[in-house]
Amino acid sequence: MSHAILQVEGLHKAFGGVQAVADVSFAVSAGEMLALIGPNGAGKSTCFNMLNGQLTPDSGIVRLEGRDIVGLRPRAIWRLGVGRTFQITATFASLSVRENVQMALYSHAGRLRSLLSRFGAAFAREADALLDQVGMLDQAERTCGVLAYGDLKRVELAIALANEPRLLLMDEPTAGMAPKERVALMELTARLARARNIAVLFTEHDMDVVFTQADRIIVLDRGVLIAGGTPPEVRANPNVRAVYLGSAH
Amino acid sequence: MTLASILIQLLNGLAAAASLFLVSAGLSLIFGVTRIVNFAHGSLYMLGLYGAYSLIEFFGRTPLGFWGAVVLAALAVGLVGVLIEVLVLRRIYRAPELFQLLATFAVVLVIKDIALFTWGAEDLVGPRAPGLSMAVEIMGRRIPAYDLVLIAIGPVVLGLVWLLLTRTRWGALVRAATQDREMVGALGVDQAKLFTSVFFVGSVLAGLGGALQIPREPANLELDLAIIADAFVVTVVGGLGSIGGAFLAAIIIGVAKAFCIGIGTVTWFGFEVSFSKLTLVVEFLIMALVLVVRPYGLLGKPQAAQRAAEPAPRLQVPSWTFALVWLALLALVPLFADRYTTILLTDIVCFALFSVSLHFIMGPAGMVSFGHAAYFGIGAYAAGLLMKRFGLPMEAALLLAPLVAGLFAIVYGWFCVRLSGVYLAMLTLAFAQISWSIVFQWDSVTGGSNGVFGVWPSPWLADKTTYYYLALVLCGAGIVFLWRVLFSPFGYALRAGRDSPLRAEAIGIDLRGFQWAAFVLVGALAGLAGAVYAFSKGSISPSSISIAQSTDGLIMVLLGGVETLTGPVVGAAIFTWLRDVVARNTEFWRAVMGGVILLIVLLFPQGLVGGLKALVARWREQRA
Repeated sequence: MSHAILQVEGLHKAFGGVQAVADVSFAVSAGEMLALIGPNGAGKSTCFNMLNGQLTPDSGIVRLEGRDIVGLRPRAIWRLGVGRTFQITATFASLSVRENVQMALYSHAGRLRSLLSRFGAAFAREADALLDQVGMLDQAERTCGVLAYGDLKRVELAIALANEPRLLLMDEPTAGMAPKERVALMELTARLARARNIAVLFTEHDMDVVFTQADRIIVLDRGVLIAGGTPPEVRANPNVRAVYLGSAH
Repeated sequence: MTLASILIQLLNGLAAAASLFLVSAGLSLIFGVTRIVNFAHGSLYMLGLYGAYSLIEFFGRTPLGFWGAVVLAALAVGLVGVLIEVLVLRRIYRAPELFQLLATFAVVLVIKDIALFTWGAEDLVGPRAPGLSMAVEIMGRRIPAYDLVLIAIGPVVLGLVWLLLTRTRWGALVRAATQDREMVGALGVDQAKLFTSVFFVGSVLAGLGGALQIPREPANLELDLAIIADAFVVTVVGGLGSIGGAFLAAIIIGVAKAFCIGIGTVTWFGFEVSFSKLTLVVEFLIMALVLVVRPYGLLGKPQAAQRAAEPAPRLQVPSWTFALVWLALLALVPLFADRYTTILLTDIVCFALFSVSLHFIMGPAGMVSFGHAAYFGIGAYAAGLLMKRFGLPMEAALLLAPLVAGLFAIVYGWFCVRLSGVYLAMLTLAFAQISWSIVFQWDSVTGGSNGVFGVWPSPWLADKTTYYYLALVLCGAGIVFLWRVLFSPFGYALRAGRDSPLRAEAIGIDLRGFQWAAFVLVGALAGLAGAVYAFSKGSISPSSISIAQSTDGLIMVLLGGVETLTGPVVGAAIFTWLRDVVARNTEFWRAVMGGVILLIVLLFPQGLVGGLKALVARWREQRA
């Protein structure tokens, strides 16, 4: 295995008196697909939002390629090479598909502050290359607001890849998609991640997707990590079976 | 201050808070359920005063006559509210939020003229409350007995509204709709009935607030916009949709104002500080403070995201040849037109830049401003004062004025970009009112209510036609510049941030920074419009910075349509021209304007230009 891109150690977060995430530690390596799973309310989203800068942990360390990123704002974390997709897609609805990707490319190049040049002149080829990789090139001219949901997910993926990320954070990337599309999207993600040596951390409810696409799985229950390992290991883990199938002991 | 005088100011403040609370509670209730920012709510308050005045005259000045008149006036205003809801607003609940706003502006205009027609332009001083005209002695000071009654009425109405909201099925529906309107609709509740009833109750509260003021304040035609600004401040400070919050905020603001009057002028370290002059500003300072610390008001909660929000349409790059042809045509006009038309065209050109700058910030940048006149007015005053008080040449004053407006936008914008939606709009209104108050009260510098006179251009520009060309070049350049910026990376970043702040942040865009810069940019250009306007008129009055001027700008943008670039220009031209034509022919130009706007709102819910484009598209489709 190659070196760890993301290292999480002893993450804690409480809301009021409720411990949402307790002492969570894990790591994701370059080119690896790590799935974070758990029943509803297990603390997956809380955990996720502490990694992307939306929430600040009560304690714990989050390292991106060795650098502590706790307390940084989402946009600063993005600048360090973290791409994100959202549970409910977030794209720029009034812009075209190509312009959506170009926006990320302009931002990455620090060229959004220009008042007089015409937007869209630069990075068109780069944007099209990314759209080609996610299979959206034929819809590059369309306005994002009119796209089908599955297509929006792919546009998001292209946007997330625009800053040549070292880490992709994908919160329920296939939520709201048809089952067939789900596996296809995650196969695409896995292929791109391996080709570009990107670490991917994703949460997911669809167990088909998780067990076919993840290299490793970690399982969260009531804020605590209860298992971790390869898909066969996790499948065989009695704790996991208890959480998902009800208590067996 | 002695303990006694503190107590007296406290009681004064609480008495003033009563009406403020009633009006604000009504506004909050209506906004909570219908999500309509009802500018006409202040007009309902004004009708409450006029109604009570006439009914008391009719019933006679007896206790029964007085209280009967107050209750009846409130109920009658409630019916006016129902009429507004059924005739106008119900037809446009599906239209964009901003268009509903435009409709309520139109209602303000119509009601103002109905009041003018019915009651005349003179202030009407109401009688004191029969049986309560004596004063009560408290700690050696005299307090009007009526004030004590008012102080009691506030909590009583709060209690009644609270009972209504928590103990009845209707109240449960109102609370549910305030939290999630769409869910209530999905559960099969008859929304039309619910909205009408909420409008009735809200309007009764506004009418009651007005009627109860008649012994304290003469009925006059300026009350509508004055009280609506106050009521906005109270609802926003208290938290939109929170009745308890409105009560708390009304008391805080009422008492703070009373203390400012009570303290009067104080000398601190050799400086004279006039607290009584602060009364016009203090509520807005409180609001700015509260919103920065608690962006949803004292007792408010973040609003549920609206699910049905339609994405903004794609902007089309304006055709530059089209723009140039228009500029050329406009340049030719003075060859044929008379002096009067040339002056009117100069006005139109100024307002076109004003309107385009407002459109820039509220359309593509997604930040609705209810106080855009601040920058127009500051630009105008800066131009005039730089010339008159600092002795700068007219040309220098004209060019420096936008920078001054931009400086103010830097300060105001820093606060404003921290908020969004209605709260943002209210804060912009607050800053505009603060600016207005300063201009209005700082007699020695700004000329107070008289304004500044003798602001004429240099001799080489004195000719009306020459000045028209100057205005055309400066404002035309401003408009073209703003349009161009919209298609630059900066403009795209603003549009991206409007579409999805979450995604913008996630791709490293410092959205607040961009919005702040946009705020300053449009502030400076609105300032340019104001400066050009000032020299064309030769004088500047506080009305150039007033709420009415801000709403004029909103009407221009919304009339033309917020979704197109040319819309605001067309809106400015039609509004300015129409107002001129109508005002020359009738005293009741506001009612005519309001009627025209209502007609347009009901016929073209996308604005004039948007509506025409839709018509053309349909026509083409049929031919194809």
